Amino acid sequence: MPAYYLEALTVTLGIILLMAETFCSCKGKSWVGIAAAVGLVAILGLTFTAIGPEAKPTAAWASWPLWNFYQFDSLARFYKIFALVTTLFVILLAIDFRSILARFTDTPDSEAGTGEFYALPLFACAGMMWLASAKDLAGAFVSLELVTVTFYILVAYMRRNVGSLEAGVKYLILGALSTGFLVYGIAWVYGATGTMRLAEIANCLPHLTNTTPLLFGIAFVMIGLCFKIGAVPMQVWIPDVYQGAPTPTTAFLSVGSKAAGFILTIRFLEPFLASEVTRGPILTLLLILACATLLFGNLAAIPQTNFKRLLAYSSIAHAGFLLLALAAWKPETAISEGSIKVVSFYLATYLLMTLGVFFVLAQVRIQRDGETIHDFNGLGKSNPALALALTVLLAALAGVPLTAGFIGKFMVFSLALDAQLWPGIVVAFISAAAGFYYYFNVIRAMWWRDSHNAPSLILPPISKVCIGVLTIAVLVCGIWPQPIWSLLK
Amino acid sequence: MLALLVTLPIAAFIAILFGAPARLTAIAASAINLALGLYAAITWQCGCWTFSLPVLAKPSLHLAFGFADGMSAVMILLSVIVTLAAVLSGKAPEGKEKLYFGSSLLISAGALGAFAATDLFFFFAFHELALIPTFLMIGMLGRGDRREAAWKITIYLGLGSMVLLAGLVWLANLTGTYDMALMVKAAHQVDPASQKGIAALLLVGFGTLVSLFPFHSWAAPAYASAPAPVAMLHAGVLKKFGLYGLLRLAIPLVPEGLQFWLTPLLVLLLGNILWVGWVTISQKRLDSMLGNSSVMHMGYIFLAIAALIAFPANPLAQSAAVVLMFAHGISIALLFGLADRIERSTGTLDLQELGGLAKSAPGLAFLFGIAAMASIGLPGLANFSGEILVFLAAFKSYNGTSGLGPVQITCILSIWGVVISAVYMLRAYRKTFQGPSVAATANADDLTLADRIPATLLIITLFAVGLYPNLLLNLLK
Repeated sequence: MPAYYLEALTVTLGIILLMAETFCSCKGKSWVGIAAAVGLVAILGLTFTAIGPEAKPTAAWASWPLWNFYQFDSLARFYKIFALVTTLFVILLAIDFRSILARFTDTPDSEAGTGEFYALPLFACAGMMWLASAKDLAGAFVSLELVTVTFYILVAYMRRNVGSLEAGVKYLILGALSTGFLVYGIAWVYGATGTMRLAEIANCLPHLTNTTPLLFGIAFVMIGLCFKIGAVPMQVWIPDVYQGAPTPTTAFLSVGSKAAGFILTIRFLEPFLASEVTRGPILTLLLILACATLLFGNLAAIPQTNFKRLLAYSSIAHAGFLLLALAAWKPETAISEGSIKVVSFYLATYLLMTLGVFFVLAQVRIQRDGETIHDFNGLGKSNPALALALTVLLAALAGVPLTAGFIGKFMVFSLALDAQLWPGIVVAFISAAAGFYYYFNVIRAMWWRDSHNAPSLILPPISKVCIGVLTIAVLVCGIWPQPIWSLLK
Repeated sequence: MLALLVTLPIAAFIAILFGAPARLTAIAASAINLALGLYAAITWQCGCWTFSLPVLAKPSLHLAFGFADGMSAVMILLSVIVTLAAVLSGKAPEGKEKLYFGSSLLISAGALGAFAATDLFFFFAFHELALIPTFLMIGMLGRGDRREAAWKITIYLGLGSMVLLAGLVWLANLTGTYDMALMVKAAHQVDPASQKGIAALLLVGFGTLVSLFPFHSWAAPAYASAPAPVAMLHAGVLKKFGLYGLLRLAIPLVPEGLQFWLTPLLVLLLGNILWVGWVTISQKRLDSMLGNSSVMHMGYIFLAIAALIAFPANPLAQSAAVVLMFAHGISIALLFGLADRIERSTGTLDLQELGGLAKSAPGLAFLFGIAAMASIGLPGLANFSGEILVFLAAFKSYNGTSGLGPVQITCILSIWGVVISAVYMLRAYRKTFQGPSVAATANADDLTLADRIPATLLIITLFAVGLYPNLLLNLLK
């Protein structure tokens, strides 16, 4: 099956569900979510049969001009799977989160306003999947906008909630600003090289006489991309938007949107990093961004009292580690993994840990009506199993060994040591130590503080299964990470 | 198959999570592990215990266990003995049995994994695995201002592990492998400039974990408030991980770097012995006195390490360090176990409120007396074998013409530590057990048979090693 069917199917599924939801007079809307989840699982299965034109050059579709904009390699497959899995979990989370969605969209006992929330992520997912295959800056830009525009709606979805609306406005304004940077930068890159196709850019780099305009353009594109991946200098929106947006959207933003930003960054930077002409300045820029992001994310996270906001800073912090892996640029060799695979692996572990935490957070939000660290007090007494799972997930985020998070950080440190990025390594160690502090703060609240008789949480079946699956995956990948690596092969 | 030794406690932990009777499962698993560990330690040279499972292709990582040398065998022996004693002598608060015994098993599994691992990655990882239940247990089930103590140990050991990790990753990067045996073979690849940096990171990192002065202030409050099995397992076994790591990795891989830091290390270890010893004398509670004494005794093991740094090819120093680690592990576990028993029968550990306990609980007084003597270093008990070997090792290359070197001077000063430990131990013993009975001790009950079993196990070990240290020394050959 040609690979682009995957995006087509995802969009089609989204449109059908939107229509069905509009014309159905039924009261409950969670069936839309279940249908979307089932559809996503089916598409997920199909990704393993998808092929590019190289695999079947005789087929009629293999010679279509589409392949000038679209490529399909193992990396593209990995990030498509990533987008699909993320969207699947986000929709499952949304199903369990519908009581809050209902309260802030329509009357509390009516789910009439919640239907679109299950269908819209599919469009963002299609955009992310297309980004994974981008080989042309114009195509990449269009798919990035598909993702961003969908998120404008998803962030402001709870229209009767001031926080959600505020988050929507902030995301809209800063998103538009970053899009401006991105387009401006692409224009300069085009002006300097005369092409939008990344492969052709790579070819014309050795012939450039003056690289200044090109580097100027790259810097602007990087600023635009920093918005997506949540890195300094475009990180200011993250805490407010994460806190205000509905929790499933926040989860989607912190995992899906970040991964989409990173695959685009990788695709965009790959030709420039391969060339001697531009590698030096770009690596310096990446190192500065990485250090600034690490310091900002980790140090600002320490005083947080709101758990969702803490996760926002944690998401910035992880972006810093990922940027550090890119700054320590290294192509893959026979004995060690290259930066691209390490970033991809780190993102995969980040997906498992972060989504797990958001599932727990959503249940605390629904049943204890709060999102502060304080609201986790005494969870160890009232729900020991859930507290154990959250302890594992947070320990993984902090990078405690024998969890998936440690292996990711470990690979990043190895890369940075190989590249001898001493400032980056020092900053990363300080950051990791700070991370240890603020994640354990939550663990401390759960196990050591009393809840003053807060009721124990009752987990709905979907959340229970998802938290269990994600926690076990975090532990298994911490000891045996080979499954993720084999997806990357 | 050393993996069995590590997975058994974890399997028991999972069984307890799913409702198996907590105490019984823990005791059964620890008893089987003791038998297994004994057998493994005796036959460690056969090469039949190695286990390896590929985990990651690039860089090549293996979940690998095996005996690198006799030191691993001794440490594993220590772990299994103390684990059984800890789960036997612990008494869980009502309704917390799962947490109490489950965590103890996890700590044990972590320690065993760290001592048995032959791969750097899992060597570090298993130690961390053991730390988390330690933190949680102190915070949840501890005594006194447990939250303060637990938070302090979490922060200290968390930071210490980070520093350590930095040194280990740096080391692995230079040698290009994570297999500890191959790393040692590639020791020549570690250039002198990096050696200094790595040695500093390892000394601070491992040093924090072992409560090297001045990174020791987490230890006494944490042990004072920890539940008995946690104090026994951490002070007795897990803390030795840092010393084990220094001996296993730092000494063979960064000898010149350590040489560079030898003088600061000597000053710091004197801080452990003399300064912390002084602090220990002034303690007013039995539990914090024991916690501080355990910090103090680390100084002697560091002295052995310093002797090994100063005079390479000093097998005596290596044996001395290992024997003393073993002896201290057993004796401190015994002391913490009995202190917990004292608190259970009198309700207090404040030395001012105790006295005359020997009248109502002669058995307890007798056993505690032996443990205290062991801790002071009375000949015939294991600690004496260890300490005398340390002192001999420090004077190993002494010759009359060149006079005393820094290590010898440090050794002479640290022998005063024996006097200090005699002072605080005997003082605490007198205040607790002798003199007229007071309200708390008048009706205290004596040890039951169930209490005697773990104490006897530890005491027999102390005597065996004390009277015939070749039991351990033969393993080290």
